Amino acid sequence: MSATLQNLVNQPYKHGFVTSIESDVAPKGLNADTIRMISTKKKEPEWLLEFRLKSYEAWLKMEEPIWPNVHYPKIDFQAISYYSAPKQKPKLKSMDEVDPELLRTFEKLGVPLHERMALAGVAVDVIFDSVSVATTYKDKLAEVGIIFCSMSEAVLDHPELVQKYLGTVIPPSDNFYAALNSAVFTDGSFCYIPKGVKCPMDLSTYFRINTEESGQFERTLIVAEEGASVSYLEGCTAPAFSSNQLHAAVVELVALDNADIKYSTVQNWYAGDEKGVGGIYNFVTKRGLAKGVNSRISWTQVETGSAITWKYPSCVLLGDNSVGEFYSVAVTNHYQQADTGTKMIHVGKNTRSTIVSKGISAGHSNNSYRGLVKVAPGATGARNYSQCDSMLVGQNSGAHTFPYIQVANNSSQIEHEASTSKIGEDQLFYFAQRGIDAEAAVSMIINGFCKDVFQQLPMEFAVEATALLSFKLEGSVG
Amino acid sequence: MIYPDSKIVLEVRGLCATVNGTEILKGLDLTVRRGEVHAIMGPNGSGKSTFSKILAGHSAYEVTGGSVMFEGQNLFDLAPEERARAGVFLAFQYPIEIPGVINSQFLRLTYNTVQTHRGKEELDPLEFDDYVREKMKLLEMSPDFLERSVNEGFSGGEKKRNEILQMAMLDPRLAILDETDSGLDIDALRIVANGVNQLANKDNAIVLVTHYQRLLNYIVPDYVHVMEAGRIIKTGGKELALELESRGYDWVGVEHKAVARAVA
Ligand SMILES: Nc1ncnc2c1ncn2[C@@H]1O[C@H](COP(=O)(O)OP(=O)(O)O)[C@@H](O)[C@H]1O
Ligand SMILES: [Mg+2]
Repeated sequence: MSATLQNLVNQPYKHGFVTSIESDVAPKGLNADTIRMISTKKKEPEWLLEFRLKSYEAWLKMEEPIWPNVHYPKIDFQAISYYSAPKQKPKLKSMDEVDPELLRTFEKLGVPLHERMALAGVAVDVIFDSVSVATTYKDKLAEVGIIFCSMSEAVLDHPELVQKYLGTVIPPSDNFYAALNSAVFTDGSFCYIPKGVKCPMDLSTYFRINTEESGQFERTLIVAEEGASVSYLEGCTAPAFSSNQLHAAVVELVALDNADIKYSTVQNWYAGDEKGVGGIYNFVTKRGLAKGVNSRISWTQVETGSAITWKYPSCVLLGDNSVGEFYSVAVTNHYQQADTGTKMIHVGKNTRSTIVSKGISAGHSNNSYRGLVKVAPGATGARNYSQCDSMLVGQNSGAHTFPYIQVANNSSQIEHEASTSKIGEDQLFYFAQRGIDAEAAVSMIINGFCKDVFQQLPMEFAVEATALLSFKLEGSVG
Repeated sequence: MIYPDSKIVLEVRGLCATVNGTEILKGLDLTVRRGEVHAIMGPNGSGKSTFSKILAGHSAYEVTGGSVMFEGQNLFDLAPEERARAGVFLAFQYPIEIPGVINSQFLRLTYNTVQTHRGKEELDPLEFDDYVREKMKLLEMSPDFLERSVNEGFSGGEKKRNEILQMAMLDPRLAILDETDSGLDIDALRIVANGVNQLANKDNAIVLVTHYQRLLNYIVPDYVHVMEAGRIIKTGGKELALELESRGYDWVGVEHKAVARAVA
């Protein structure tokens, strides 16, 4: 790889600072008592403790998945702390009571918490290590009947809703990390849109890992009742530590008849340094259930961070005429590894799904797309369109696609397209010959490549994603 | 056109260059002044494209000897993008495709970048649209090309027109057109040549690289050079092109060797 391309892809991480704040951190290790401790700290009802303990039992019998195309040393689950929370007053009456150090942290990250400064039109739930520290615009949303709060609050204030849906889309025994999450999850966001309500603003959660030895296991649940719709955004960052932190989240979405959920992620966890030291292990299970007729679940993700990403936001298309979408940009650099994609499970009649995946690999990184399109026997008239494009930057990176198609109904239509391209010296030379330096050229090529996905993002996120990609892949030349 | 006492745009002295260790240019000399049109002709593989790309700064070629002055400064002191901003333009023999990058956005970026570096005003997307459509008329190009990816799926002739469109926008001091005539049918050739003729003026210079005489019926050169094995071995007026057309290249080489022997 030429010196120019080399420099372009070697940019430092901006969010790698640590907040010094007094935290309540549980001792390392995991057993049934740890789980009871978490449940007690959160004053949880008995059924939830049972849910956790059952999940723990299941987890003990499960094996870590080894099929993803990623490599890392075995994780010692006893060396992780399963609870870390900044010490502050238990119930906050207003933002003014939030620790100023935390406010400064989130301001620095571009997520101001004061509503007067907050992004107009976006409500934010902020998760710091294991707990939610603030949720903006809560009252305004309550006026139209929308519940938007931390999972801990939802468990206490709306137990019947949480109990009704928790674990119904992703059962605890679904996979190793989902089971672990179900046993030890500490917080996350809960969002309920009642019948017929179109959410008047974008909802968003911002996740921040701060403690070196803690894992983050958040749990998000979004329910859209009949005819409801919501657009949800998720962002994440972490300090630069030389050790690896585990992030094993579970996100469940439920869309009833004619409901519409759009879930967008810009994932920028710390990716490790240029030699591959440190970074987040991002082992996440996300699934949406398009339960009702004409319902729609749409995932858009821009994955730029993490040392390892293992993540397949999926759709179960149960309702007739339901729609599933997956739009993804995954960028890897240095020694990052990503194995990401989606599953589209067609069960209802005339269900439709679209998959657009764009993988960009630079440095010595390895980027895999893995996707499953499954058509059940009763899914008459199911249709899927998949497009998987890979782009290589330099000589030492890898791109792979693993598309799986299982069709049990011959009235379905499945289309798959794939391509691999390269940002080559000759393309950069062409730009240079027209006065455009390599930095601007790479940015333009990458944005062109990702256009179909960026178009799906809400405005502010699209701007952020573009900047993030430019930042990750460009920089001072020479 | 030849103007007396016109300033030198390009002065190449004894240029030697290699690619992957193989010597391709072996002592090339060329002087080009403002207002002039030069044609470099020669058989395939004689080094014409290599020479063009070296002037533009392609990193695959290593300059091993000689010098190139552009407008009084050492060309090799400038990075490829700086050469372009300073007014060196190369219309590529094989313009590369850039999938996903929309032509209009690319054209506007290149135009604004070059304008900024020349201390001139940028154009916003609407102003640029008017500007570029006007230029496209010169080349009888359909505005559809603005919405397509750069060069992607363009026919050979469309790619060449897109190159000359950029030449028209960037107003170079030195334009090198590498085989711009190849792949053009007779109508396209006439349109492109007409465009180039309108762009030629007393302040710029044009170097036409071609191995057919055909183009020179439309763009009349002031000088014709014959290149062989990495050197310019003969220079004449426009009538030399016609002679090459009827007699081929071989006699030039023979004559050159005879002269060389006589001198030795
Ligand atoms: N990148 C390259 N690698 C190896 N050989 C090359 C390269 N570019 C040009 N050459 C060789 O250099 C010689 C001159 O090529 P070129 O400049 O394209 O000639 P022309 O344009 O006059 O046809 C040819 O023998 C060609 O094979
Ligand atoms: Mg050539």
